[in-house]
Amino acid sequence: MKTQLFHPRQRGLYDPAQEHDACGVGLVADLNNRPSHEIVAQGITVLRRLMHRGAAGSDPETGDGAGLLTAIPDAFFRAHAGTALPPRGQYGIAMIFGGLGEEAILEAIIRSEGGQVLGWRDVPVVLKAAGKTARQTAPRIRQLFIGGTDFPDQGAFERKLFVMRRLIEKQTHDLYICSMSSRSIVYKGLLLATQLEQFYPDLNDADFASPLAVVHQRYSTNTFPTWSLAHPYRYLAHNGEINTLRGNLNALKARERLFKSPLFGDDLAKLLPLVAPGQSDSASLDNMFELLVAAGRPLEHAMLMLVPQAWGQNYYMGRDVRAFFEYHSALMEPWDGPAAIAFSDGVNAGAILDRNGLRPARYTLCKSGLFVLASETGVLDIPPEDVASKGRLKPGEILYLDLEHHRLIDDSEIKNRLARSKPYRRWVEENRLSVHGLFTDITASEPEADLPERQRFFGYTREDLELILGPMAEQGKEPVGSMGNDAALAAVSEKPRLLFDYFKQQFAQVTNPPIDPIRESLVMSLMTYIGNQGNILAETPEHARLIKLRRPVLTDDELKHLQDFGERGFRSIRLDCGFPADGGADALRKALCDLAEKAVEAVREGRKIVILSDRHLAFGMAAIPSLLACSAVNRALADADLRPGAGIVVESGEVREIMHFALLLGYGATAVNPYLALETASALARSGAVKTDPVTAAGNYIRAVDKGLLKTMSKLGISTLRSYRSAQTFEAVGLNRTFLNEFLPGTASRVGGIGLEEIARDAVRRARPGQPESPLSSGGEYRFRRDGEAHLWTPQSLSAFRQAVQTGDRAKFREYSRLIDEQAGHLCTLRGLFRFKSAKSIPIDEVESVESILKHFVSGAMSLGSLSPEAHETIARAMNRIGAMSNCGEGGENAARFIGDCNSAIKQVASGRFGVTINYLRHARDIQIKMAQGAKPGEGGQLPGYKVNEFVAELRHSTPGVTLISPPPHHDIYSIEDLAQLIRDLRVANPRARISVKLVSELGVGTVAAGVAKAHADVVLISGHDGGTGASPLASIKHAGMPWELGLAETQQTLVLNRLRGKVKLQVDGQLKTGRDVVIAALLGAEEFGFATTILVSLGCVMMRQCHSNTCPMGIATQDPELRKRFAGKPEYIENFLRFIAEEVREHLASLGLHSLAEACGRADLLETDRAAASAKAEKLDFSAIFRPAEGKERCFDEAAPRPAEETFDHRELLGKLKLDGTPETVTARISNADRTAGTEIAGLVNDRFGAAGLPEDTVRIRLAGSAGQSFGAFLAPGITLELAGEANDFVGKGLSGGKIVIRPPENFGCRPEENVIAGNVIGYGGTSGKIFLNGIAGERFAIRNSGMTLVAEGIGDHGCEYMTGGRVVVLGHVGVNFAAGMTGGIAYVYDEKGHFDLSCNPDGVDLESVEPGSDAEAELKTLIGEHLRETASPRAARMLDDWERYRPRFVRVFPVEYRNALARQGGAR
Amino acid sequence: MKQTARIHDLYRPVAERVRDYREVERRLPVETVREQAARCADCGIPFCHGAGCPLENCVPDFNAAAAAGNWSEAYRLLSQTSFFPEFTCRICPALCEGACCQGVAGEPVMIRQCEKAIIETAFQHGMVRPVRPVVRNGRKIAVVGSGPSGLFASEALNRAGFSVTVYEAAHRPGGLLRYGIPDFKLDKRVIDRRLEIMKASGIEFITDTRIGQDISGTYLARHYDAVVLAIGTPAARDLSIPGRELKGIHFALDFLRSQTRSIHGEISENPLCAKGQRVLIIGGGDTGSDCAGTAIRQGATEVRQIEIMPMPPESRSPSTPWPQWPWMLRTSSSHLEGCAREWNLASDCFLGNEAGQVTGVQTHQVEWALSPEGRPLKPAPVAGSERIIECDMVLLALGFTGVPAEGLAKELELDRTPRGALVPAPDRHIYALGDCANGASLVVRAMADAKKVTRQIAKDLLS
Repeated sequence: MKTQLFHPRQRGLYDPAQEHDACGVGLVADLNNRPSHEIVAQGITVLRRLMHRGAAGSDPETGDGAGLLTAIPDAFFRAHAGTALPPRGQYGIAMIFGGLGEEAILEAIIRSEGGQVLGWRDVPVVLKAAGKTARQTAPRIRQLFIGGTDFPDQGAFERKLFVMRRLIEKQTHDLYICSMSSRSIVYKGLLLATQLEQFYPDLNDADFASPLAVVHQRYSTNTFPTWSLAHPYRYLAHNGEINTLRGNLNALKARERLFKSPLFGDDLAKLLPLVAPGQSDSASLDNMFELLVAAGRPLEHAMLMLVPQAWGQNYYMGRDVRAFFEYHSALMEPWDGPAAIAFSDGVNAGAILDRNGLRPARYTLCKSGLFVLASETGVLDIPPEDVASKGRLKPGEILYLDLEHHRLIDDSEIKNRLARSKPYRRWVEENRLSVHGLFTDITASEPEADLPERQRFFGYTREDLELILGPMAEQGKEPVGSMGNDAALAAVSEKPRLLFDYFKQQFAQVTNPPIDPIRESLVMSLMTYIGNQGNILAETPEHARLIKLRRPVLTDDELKHLQDFGERGFRSIRLDCGFPADGGADALRKALCDLAEKAVEAVREGRKIVILSDRHLAFGMAAIPSLLACSAVNRALADADLRPGAGIVVESGEVREIMHFALLLGYGATAVNPYLALETASALARSGAVKTDPVTAAGNYIRAVDKGLLKTMSKLGISTLRSYRSAQTFEAVGLNRTFLNEFLPGTASRVGGIGLEEIARDAVRRARPGQPESPLSSGGEYRFRRDGEAHLWTPQSLSAFRQAVQTGDRAKFREYSRLIDEQAGHLCTLRGLFRFKSAKSIPIDEVESVESILKHFVSGAMSLGSLSPEAHETIARAMNRIGAMSNCGEGGENAARFIGDCNSAIKQVASGRFGVTINYLRHARDIQIKMAQGAKPGEGGQLPGYKVNEFVAELRHSTPGVTLISPPPHHDIYSIEDLAQLIRDLRVANPRARISVKLVSELGVGTVAAGVAKAHADVVLISGHDGGTGASPLASIKHAGMPWELGLAETQQTLVLNRLRGKVKLQVDGQLKTGRDVVIAALLGAEEFGFATTILVSLGCVMMRQCHSNTCPMGIATQDPELRKRFAGKPEYIENFLRFIAEEVREHLASLGLHSLAEACGRADLLETDRAAASAKAEKLDFSAIFRPAEGKERCFDEAAPRPAEETFDHRELLGKLKLDGTPETVTARISNADRTAGTEIAGLVNDRFGAAGLPEDTVRIRLAGSAGQSFGAFLAPGITLELAGEANDFVGKGLSGGKIVIRPPENFGCRPEENVIAGNVIGYGGTSGKIFLNGIAGERFAIRNSGMTLVAEGIGDHGCEYMTGGRVVVLGHVGVNFAAGMTGGIAYVYDEKGHFDLSCNPDGVDLESVEPGSDAEAELKTLIGEHLRETASPRAARMLDDWERYRPRFVRVFPVEYRNALARQGGAR
Repeated sequence: MKQTARIHDLYRPVAERVRDYREVERRLPVETVREQAARCADCGIPFCHGAGCPLENCVPDFNAAAAAGNWSEAYRLLSQTSFFPEFTCRICPALCEGACCQGVAGEPVMIRQCEKAIIETAFQHGMVRPVRPVVRNGRKIAVVGSGPSGLFASEALNRAGFSVTVYEAAHRPGGLLRYGIPDFKLDKRVIDRRLEIMKASGIEFITDTRIGQDISGTYLARHYDAVVLAIGTPAARDLSIPGRELKGIHFALDFLRSQTRSIHGEISENPLCAKGQRVLIIGGGDTGSDCAGTAIRQGATEVRQIEIMPMPPESRSPSTPWPQWPWMLRTSSSHLEGCAREWNLASDCFLGNEAGQVTGVQTHQVEWALSPEGRPLKPAPVAGSERIIECDMVLLALGFTGVPAEGLAKELELDRTPRGALVPAPDRHIYALGDCANGASLVVRAMADAKKVTRQIAKDLLS
């Protein structure tokens, strides 16, 4: 194998641009600033202790990467450089991978920039320490010593080294520079953490001394040996992912030529482009950071500029600090993401956490001056008495180690000092431009008589009015629908479609989490500016001279005010976006060119606001699709270096749906005036169709768009519109590459399609006048209409299906299959255009049996709650009968069903964790982690209170009538290594079950799947975008995710390419309807096949699409007892259906000459395009990338492949000493942070032996000392008590199902327990019963999704008790912001020492009350504190109880309003 | 949505309605219709629209508009697909309701009543106006026959810019709508109201003119760009059993036509009046039921309807699963007015007196072999079940046999299918639609066929 520094190139559907990585990060330093080898050794220890956060690929000995950044060990290099070195600081070292034969280029560049080439050193390496793949691909590793004695100071030398490096990078090909500095040096490689020190003997040398070390262990989603991608980079090591990268890079591109710096002068141009194409997110961030630092900003300043905390009104902060962030928000959009970053320039160091705080960073400062910060605590063994303090980085918090002054500087000091280093507040206040009438009052539009004609001109349909605009204007919410999308993809539709329809939203899954835009709205922002300065390297008052837009939707009046603003330098120009209707594509192209030219000219002349308008088009003109106009102008301005200062306002009649706004903003618009939508909203209000007045209707509509945009951004994990703008987070389906490259470059499109000609034709078609009397066209997108969009489910196909499955009529089923399979004339899907190649057929009796095929079938996840119990049980019974598997969905399951014929084989673990107990997990054959759902990827869900009856409430461990919320992310999966952890947790909880991970098809799902395979999942499910739902926003049903054909093929190709295919089974679902669908899926790589909608239709569903309203007249998707009586489904119907499918599968296999589904797996070469079925438009599609079979030997799951053995702490330390026979027993042991999921295996055994009820409290006592690894006590069963003297990491008591966890500091602990961070983030996530007592502070999201546990802590981070539905929580100290967001049940007591708890609490759904003397509340609280004292001996608890009357008045009781109402109803009922 | 129940008593009281010929169905108050329309669930797949209605009426959309009280929008939506909702809302069996999702496990939405409220409100408020084409294309089309399909085709072709002349053999246009359906189901003023609008939109009607007799078919073919035959199925099915020549045995349609003509003054006295007579109707269909209602109003002393087929099941037969039009027992307003019904009865011969007047029919019972879904396959006589039913008048309501081979078909050299339907000759621009092309069927199907064929005509003539 050849030396490999970078990813392989794109092949088939695999695209290296989609690679992700994440990991563990650490920082060790000596505050005394004494270089020592000990610090280096400790760094390596930290690395080793974080090893479980990294991963290995198909070669278990080759890691994804590990590395170390230190200060340059001067003494060491003086001894080993092999050449005389100038004084410290006057020489630099480049650490270089590869570059053989390119030495002369390097040396020439160095000399020409004023440096001296002192000599080369081959870095000694021990190749055999690396894994096989790493060995085979290892580059030559050398150090180049560069003299810098001619520079005035070390800063100037560093800048020159930076310039040299960029020049070298641009002029060489096979070379990678790890670091090139006079201060720091990076040793890294494609290694496991344990291999680093053996691989580089340098690191063992006692002279190799540094006062600091930044370390990193990588986990990537591929297995390609890529040496360059190991961290640290030159300045930083990063755990997480930069979600906003696309937007950041586009913004950088638009402004980098405007950069000016007196420090760099003309050298600046040599640095550009700053970021090389195809770089990873972390590497790009490193580049940006490097430039800001080199241009003169201090490290911590640069970091706060790139990764600012949220500073909205919900945050308690000083005016100067807020102004600092506001000022910088105009310079730089946030580089957000789940990010824990350790950074260092080799002299000082620091660490920061992004605004969401989704990555752990725990630190310990010792009395000796040793400081250690890492993704986990317990990574260095520090005697308790030596601890000076322990803490964690909070969301948006920064820490700085000023080693030169021996100080650890905290967040507040850093921010205040920086905020006052310049008069930012004054600059902001004095320069902010105020536009009269902007965002003061909303005004309604005046509907004009020709409204219907203009609606027709922009392709409005009746559905737009009834289903989109109407509900938005009436309720101010995104419209909701149910069931999956079976309408034609725009790419194959024969109807004229808007350009918007060809795009699909991307979303976050696994490698980064989506955000909850409702409950965690405080981190989000729609604010944006017009008039930004491009040169962000400077800081002037003018940088604050801006128009601030609070939201991107403008009313007509607001646009007018903006247009009339007239302030010098902020004048506007309105440009018409039309083209002659008789001119076709050429006219459109010309119009776009003219438009761009005019815009550039106007901005060059000093206009700052460009209004792109189709409002007053002349007769005979067709409208330019607004997306094209916007993108053309955005790019032209960027190319002319004019984009940062100008604002692009799209004034378009075309824009109405949230997706339209999202696209325009995503392709560069600053703001949008949807005049026709606003006018329509007004008209609807006037006609009474919308029951509100026109002004409210306009306000509601705008609010709905705002919410929808926040949702769209949050699905990607992006918090601010400024980072979202120009991020182009969409994939096109059905647009050809030539067109995209010309007009929307950077947009992925994998199956080609139409171009400008067809787009122009549709626009022209709309421009033709219609019958004035006739109503708008029906649409038929969301509901079947004869004259509307084509659907798979039609009255004909559905009734044939019903008759077939209910009567077992084969002929009818054939009729149905033909209607679905033969799509000529009504194309709906990509596979409608596929055809099996002709092959030599075999007799059908040589094909595997129907019974054997049935074993490959599963039912889709449909929760009990969305379905009636009757329907849910019928499905399980039917699937069990035929040897297939049913999926219980995310709502839990009645434990009575676990034994018997209607136990669901697949049990889902979703973000809400409803009903996920050890008992539930223990009775699964397959545990499915639902990362996303086809109908609404990246979103959470909500089961409205009226659907939560007694039965559902019991299953979900909640209160009847109380709304249940599923968060958008799994709060224990913010990153790929977290998923690996959850997979491990579940496997330990039930080693008999296989673990599956459900993903949704999108660009890059293949690489995510590779990451999942590396996390040791057994099954990966790829869901199509068209999967069903009980309730989802229509925009999500229609516009998010991709067809499974693409996702499945990409996954198959990527897994095979990565040699990971044998490790996992591939499952697929999403509108699978016939045997042909199954065989196509098999050929593309699937081994198991899921059916959901068809199963419901078998049971009588007639696709009314009303599941979200609880009114299902078939008794299927309802909890209404009257409607449930109507349920007439029978298991036989499902059996008939699946047998028919299996029979069809056999026939297809026989005709393809294949003996089994296994033989068909991955044979994409047997597919070809069915040209006969293609319409003029569909003919343009090109499926060659899908039909390209994956390259590699292993094409399907390998049953014989060795499964990783999960070595557990329980097994190693505890089980041998325990009887687990129900008699009380106690065992003791030591535990370390590498010991994860402790106690869970025992919980599983207790469940097996004693059932769900477990054992009496404290029967099994496990006493531990040390630092516990993640998921301590996950899914603990009743009767088990874990007592830990020490501390714990994230996810303590996840899924607690009884039992007790007690954590207190060790004996001789050096600081006060109530000031000590004793446990990490997300404690007790989804627990249903049991108790947790923490004698110290816990991290963010404490007691999240608690539905019945009791927890006591002495301080917690942000978002405490989020989504809680039951149980009790007591906090005896400080709580972070956003406490009780989405809390609908249970009660919390918080000790409010400073008297401003109400500022920290999210008041949307809770009442705050005092704890009155003599009340039940007081009694309960005292009992709980008493128990805490008994369990932990907490000094604070003792003080409180001793002096109760002093402390009692400061307690606040947090009581959810919905909970109170539900309790009152129950009381009333009794 | 669940609270509102479907209304079942749609008719005026029997005692009142049998004394007149006015429509038996009462008009529901607009508010009631709105409540009923609100029962519509706006289904993801509206089977009413997609599978039920041959005209493809956009039922959920107009239901929603009606429920909102937005009658003009409702009318706009309804009139998109249906040119004469005032006919179908009165006489259509409402296939849409048979396909309604609410009807799968409950009772269907009252779509026909909703349609009625929409079109009647539209007329009331002057929304129904002549639709004249923007431009005339200069082509002339002759439509022969002014029944439902002829009228529908005329309207469609006129809107498409053709100049349409309708030829009608009878004294007034309307065909079966006028002469085959009694006033108590379809008030003839409803037809006249529509004809006025059609005339105002430029359609010419020539009545009392039988093509092939008064004017030759070939003449039409020569003088028009296209000839559209919508002549229905004039030949009634006869019952050729002994005694058929006796007096007092009439075809149902003759009986109905006679009554209508007498009401509207086309004849001074009704020669086929059943007053004081015992009437036996042979044939259990809708026409038979119409005869029953008419005979009752005329003052018949006894009215009986017999049918060879077995009694349909009380509810939807499994042989017609939803969303098909359910085969099931239906009881018309006329049945409720005092008409006895019997099934499984075959007629052997008519009996008469010396005067040659019919006095009864000899019948025997049959037993049916049934298909697994309960559909009758083959009758077998039941031994010893012979019985004589006495009567003074026999009405034969046994359906129709298609277009006769002689006459117009021959003149225009048109082939016929084995079942007697015309085979059009589009190459010569001779078209056929409605019953004459497809066999006797529902009014709504005739209209739907006219819609389909006229689209083809426009394509053939204009491309």
